[in-house]
Amino acid sequence: MNAAIKFYQTGTFTVGNRLLAPEQRSVQSSTERTNALNSGHRACQGCGEALGARYAIDAAMRATDNQLIAVNATGCLEVFSTPYPETSWQLPWIHSLFGNAAAVGTGVAAALKMKAVKAGLQHSRTRVVAQGGDGGTTDIGFGCLSGMFERNDDVLYICYDNEAYMNTGVQRSSATPFAARTATTMAVGPTPGAERGKGKNLPLIAMAHEIAYVATATVADLRDLEAKVEKAMSIHGARYLHILVPCPLGWGSASHDTIRLARLARETGIFPVFEAEHGEVTSVTKIRHRVPVEDYLRPQKRFAHLFGAKGHPDMLAQVQADADKNIRRFNLLDDTAEV
Amino acid sequence: MLQIRIHGRGGQGVVTATELLSVAAFEQGRHAQAFPSFGSERTGAPVVAFCRISDHEIRLREPILAPDVLIIQDPTLLHQVDVFQGLQPDGYVLINSQRSFHELGLADIEARFRHERLTTVPATEIALKHLGRPLPNAVLLGGFAALSGLITLDAVAHAIHAKFSGKVAAGNVAAATEAFEFVQKELQELESLTTPNTPAARSPQGGSGLSGRPIEA
Amino acid sequence: MLKQIEGSQAVAQAVALCRPDVICAYPISPQTHIVEGLGELVKDGSLTPCEFINVESEFAAMSVGIGSSAAGARTYTATASQGLLFMAEAVYNASGLGLPIVMTVANRAIGAPINIWNDHSDSMSQRDCGWIQLFAESNQEALDLHIQAFKLAEELSMPVMVCMDGFILTHAYERVDMPTQAEVDAFLPPYEPRQVLDPAEPVSIGAMVGPEAFMEVRYLAHAKQLQALELIPRIADEFRQRFGRDAGGLVRGYRCEDADTIVVALGSVIGTLKDTIDEMRDQGQKIGVLGIRSFRPFPLAAVRAALQGAARVVVLEKSFSVGLGGVVSTDVRLALSGLQLHGYTVVAGLGGRSITLASLKRTLLEAIAGTLQPLTFLDLDWRIVNRQLEREAQVRRSGPIAENLLRDVGTVASKVS
Repeated sequence: MNAAIKFYQTGTFTVGNRLLAPEQRSVQSSTERTNALNSGHRACQGCGEALGARYAIDAAMRATDNQLIAVNATGCLEVFSTPYPETSWQLPWIHSLFGNAAAVGTGVAAALKMKAVKAGLQHSRTRVVAQGGDGGTTDIGFGCLSGMFERNDDVLYICYDNEAYMNTGVQRSSATPFAARTATTMAVGPTPGAERGKGKNLPLIAMAHEIAYVATATVADLRDLEAKVEKAMSIHGARYLHILVPCPLGWGSASHDTIRLARLARETGIFPVFEAEHGEVTSVTKIRHRVPVEDYLRPQKRFAHLFGAKGHPDMLAQVQADADKNIRRFNLLDDTAEV
Repeated sequence: MLQIRIHGRGGQGVVTATELLSVAAFEQGRHAQAFPSFGSERTGAPVVAFCRISDHEIRLREPILAPDVLIIQDPTLLHQVDVFQGLQPDGYVLINSQRSFHELGLADIEARFRHERLTTVPATEIALKHLGRPLPNAVLLGGFAALSGLITLDAVAHAIHAKFSGKVAAGNVAAATEAFEFVQKELQELESLTTPNTPAARSPQGGSGLSGRPIEA
Repeated sequence: MLKQIEGSQAVAQAVALCRPDVICAYPISPQTHIVEGLGELVKDGSLTPCEFINVESEFAAMSVGIGSSAAGARTYTATASQGLLFMAEAVYNASGLGLPIVMTVANRAIGAPINIWNDHSDSMSQRDCGWIQLFAESNQEALDLHIQAFKLAEELSMPVMVCMDGFILTHAYERVDMPTQAEVDAFLPPYEPRQVLDPAEPVSIGAMVGPEAFMEVRYLAHAKQLQALELIPRIADEFRQRFGRDAGGLVRGYRCEDADTIVVALGSVIGTLKDTIDEMRDQGQKIGVLGIRSFRPFPLAAVRAALQGAARVVVLEKSFSVGLGGVVSTDVRLALSGLQLHGYTVVAGLGGRSITLASLKRTLLEAIAGTLQPLTFLDLDWRIVNRQLEREAQVRRSGPIAENLLRDVGTVASKVS
């Protein structure tokens, strides 16, 4: 019998693994990590965004030898990281407005460039990350983001996507997925939850600008996320990273399920994980062990109305069809994977 | 203070004409203020622009309601816009046309004002000859220099060179010069007609010589 | 060096002399020639090193300015009217964060109805945000004020807007004296920020401040403007010593010393008023004009000192608070509280309506005769206003107001002025 035997890591996905060579170890496993987002912030228990931001910014700090400035949009991250008079940020950090993080990032990059030119250098050693949630990125910050992309300003924009305006009480954004319950798309009436036919796909829109690097990631894959940040920081020009960050409060999930749900989002095909350069997909993370969307949806109260006696099997089927489409579109399955 | 109002249509360089005029005055050591009456401009729409010239700082900012000088770049405006509104009794009028005042149907205007200060010059035709384009603005300034002597041809040429370069500048200067000579000749003919016993004509050309009304502060 | 150039060009060249590091602007009439001029200077290498960024909106322009200034770069932008409103959130953010951005506002009316011509409604809409607001009477003063503005902004760590009348100044060719690079360098040192994003000394800028400290933070913005009341005249003095002319300051009077009647105004109309005052003085009227240069901070003491000897004060303003009346006159009244004199508000020039010497003279004579109403609108066509009011009284679907009025006014293209 020549059947291939697949091994999967189960159980704990520890950050540190002493069996790995040092250069393969994650930034988080290092005692030297910057903790650029230091402990003591006021995020909820199980907050995916706090995790994603710590992973991403520490990786960016290492990649830039700690020469990094962060620009933050208004939102959960900004609010819980800077409860006056304290700040958790251990790098230079500015919060201006809700919709202008990309533009402020452009300004910081321009100033740094001028300082470098005056010092006789071509590029600034100090780099810029602009970051915000899905609301600040896909909606109110969309114009500024597109402007930064088309000018190819030297900014890495990171969107922490928890699929709604969480800080203001879980209202719908254009990143809210079909059928999800939010405060402005309640689970009532004949079409409960977020309506069909709305919403936008920011990674694809970023790709349409043909910028040097676009990638998606989740908090379930630490090393993948860190590698993508490192890759992004090796490039000059406009770059975009879209990270899925589950929100226990807004999603109605258990705080210990944050990483598991992020993994399920990938494994169902609901959230394709890929990289693209200049408008073309260059790599995808294949689904290791495909599961039906129900596995991902059931642990989240925001999808509860799809199930049970008064459930909506038609909507559930639609979600599954959307996931199937993603799998086809991004070729997320290995030929040898279980379907 | 000398107040000049230029009428034309969008695309004929009316605004540029007032700018050139102001630069010419500046070259002669005078103060000058040039500005358009800011309509929503589009090619072909009536346009008015203003220029004030003085030996003192100009503080007034209102449109020119009582001009001392009228330059009309497009005769088709004559029966659409009341271009002569507010013209001072000793005012100068220069119209871009091959026809005379009388032929343009302006005999009554001619009668009301000083006829030696009113004239026409075929600026479009002169422009076409020297520039290949029907842009009469700088050309008319050459004519105005001859008509009034209030600005010198030299200063006009300097202003043209400040604004334009190469063949465009040279063409405009040549055209302005031809217009200057044309008007000068017209005035000489007019002079000899009205004063048959003094064949030598006054020459308004050159240096800082002024004819007509002195500039008031 | 003396030059005969367009006002916008004068401002562009003056800003370039101030060695800005970052310029970001979005085009809007009547500011376009300023940013085009600066764009050309950067592109052809005359202004270097400088980053010129074509942003996608005015909101982006001010936001880019915020990032740039916070990272330690001398930053400049320009806008007008609708653009200033579109960036309003960021305008408040810039002054709230104390970033010394300099911005030209080419004063233009705010719609609806859409109008590209001059009045002061745009700057006035932002008078409470904490930005310093300086008003130029002429293109010479406009260029001079920009040079002073960078120095003022950076010393205080507060943003400054230089207001100049759109079209009337921006698009007028007039004589200006342009300083040399050496002169400006001697007056304006390199930018040394009070706060800066620097990996060597990380700080967090822009935290949320709750009830426990917000009042104090906002008071400090006011305290800075009170400091500006001292600093603005000092900078104007230094400017006079170095460049040999008066520009800026808090207020400047013309023939006010023994005046019974004083007109108060901002911007280019002061020039026309000076000619009006001279004519009326020749006819025996004791009249003068007080030009306010610094509108924010509002120089209460200086205004009071200048006006307290007069019997009547006429505030002539290109701004209007719908439902109340004057904007500037309200501030002037505050300066005069307790004093016994006659006060008049004349709203003029809205949306670019010409302000003529003849109309000013007629109105001022009425004030002197005591027949002027407390609030008047200069040269308002009551005929078409009343026709519209009648129209509305008679029929429910009376139609869009602006279109009705324009039909009554008739074609403007054939009009001379």
